[in-house]
Amino acid sequence: KCKTLTMAEEVKLYGTWSSPFSRRIELALKLKGVPFEYIEEDLSNKSPELLKYNPAHKKIPVLVHNSKPIAESQVILEYIDEIWNNNPILPQDPYQRAMARFWGKFIDEKVLATRMKANFAEGKERELVTEEFFQQMEFLENELNGKDFFGGETIGFVDIVAIVVAIWFPLTQEVLGVDTFTEEKFPVLFKWIRKITEIDVVNECRPPREKHLAYVKARIEDLKSASK
Amino acid sequence: MAKEVTLLGFWASPFVFRVKVALQQKGVVDYEYIEEDIFNKSPRLLELNPVYKKVPVFIHGEKVVNESLIILEYIDETWQQNPLLPRDPYQRAMARFWAKYSEELMVKAFMALVLKGEAKEKNAKEFAEGLEKIEGEFKGKSGLLFAEGEGNIGYLELAFGWILYWLPVWEEAGSFQILDPQKFPVINEWSTKFVNHPLIKENLPARDRMLVYFRKLSEEFFTLFRA
Repeated sequence: KCKTLTMAEEVKLYGTWSSPFSRRIELALKLKGVPFEYIEEDLSNKSPELLKYNPAHKKIPVLVHNSKPIAESQVILEYIDEIWNNNPILPQDPYQRAMARFWGKFIDEKVLATRMKANFAEGKERELVTEEFFQQMEFLENELNGKDFFGGETIGFVDIVAIVVAIWFPLTQEVLGVDTFTEEKFPVLFKWIRKITEIDVVNECRPPREKHLAYVKARIEDLKSASK
Repeated sequence: MAKEVTLLGFWASPFVFRVKVALQQKGVVDYEYIEEDIFNKSPRLLELNPVYKKVPVFIHGEKVVNESLIILEYIDETWQQNPLLPRDPYQRAMARFWAKYSEELMVKAFMALVLKGEAKEKNAKEFAEGLEKIEGEFKGKSGLLFAEGEGNIGYLELAFGWILYWLPVWEEAGSFQILDPQKFPVINEWSTKFVNHPLIKENLPARDRMLVYFRKLSEEFFTLFRA
């Protein structure tokens, strides 16, 4: 049963062009062919709507479906999958669903934080955190295990969440001039990165490269001067 | 003869508690419960949860599921009687959102328990601010929410259980106070209903035992768990 958008149905996404969390919602909606209105937020000057729709965190992304707001990107992804059930993001089987949720949570709650720390730590701490990062990436490398995508033959929930690894990690690495996340160490993940970044709709939903590079450079400069 | 379901747990864990109640509500009672010593983790625990090395670990036949909220969803999808999550997708999203919010808040409350001085105060303050949002959100809604069916416990209640029962113990053990009944009437009323629900009551760890344990944790956390 495929729910199509009627005149009365309204889907709005509040996001920012550079946020992997916001971009993953765009991707999910596009994968399912759901028409939506996109509102670009200026995080230094948040709109009254954003503050109204996500008072708990005041963060993007927020999906508003027929005036009902949902926040937290993975919660939004599950909601989208339940409302529009064409091109499913999550598998049907309860155990496969549990595994997808597990790895999604692992990426957002562990891997991203470790990566941030590893990028900006110094000396001995940097060594230790980088080692932790390698261990975490090894789990993801093993999870792919001969599959084209985390979701199997087509992209699924974990792939959508992991796009932050496919696109944001190499970009930040380029700006920082580090080479911790390499094809040599993670051949399976890099093969996956190549495959996923060949997909048209994925590329439609990624920040434009030059603009993104400039943005990341500026953010890193800000962080460096803030810590001095 | 091996049982179909096994749960690795720890008696004081609010996470393990969630799974126990969920199983009981679903009528899954003939399972093996194994008490883990979390200060001396078994090879089996480390093997079955290599990513986090924590309890609960839920084993169903050949399948192993980790992370308590994920386990709850697995249980709800596998045994469909007496649902934990609401049927309506928007209500489900709300339950998941607030459960996640509560997990983030728990970190702050736990830090208030185990840290000292300024760091303790900072975490307690941030925790209080977060708790106020929950108080505000659930004002006017009577306790025992988001469950389908009379007398059932819901996913969100189980997610919030640590606020409703563990938190007062942590406050006493860690010498900080947030849950003023004047400031948090909704949560206080909710706690009372929660701890008196028959399914909940019989799965709650004894308060005095918890107090001893969490007092010790408060004093010795950083030596007990080499961070």
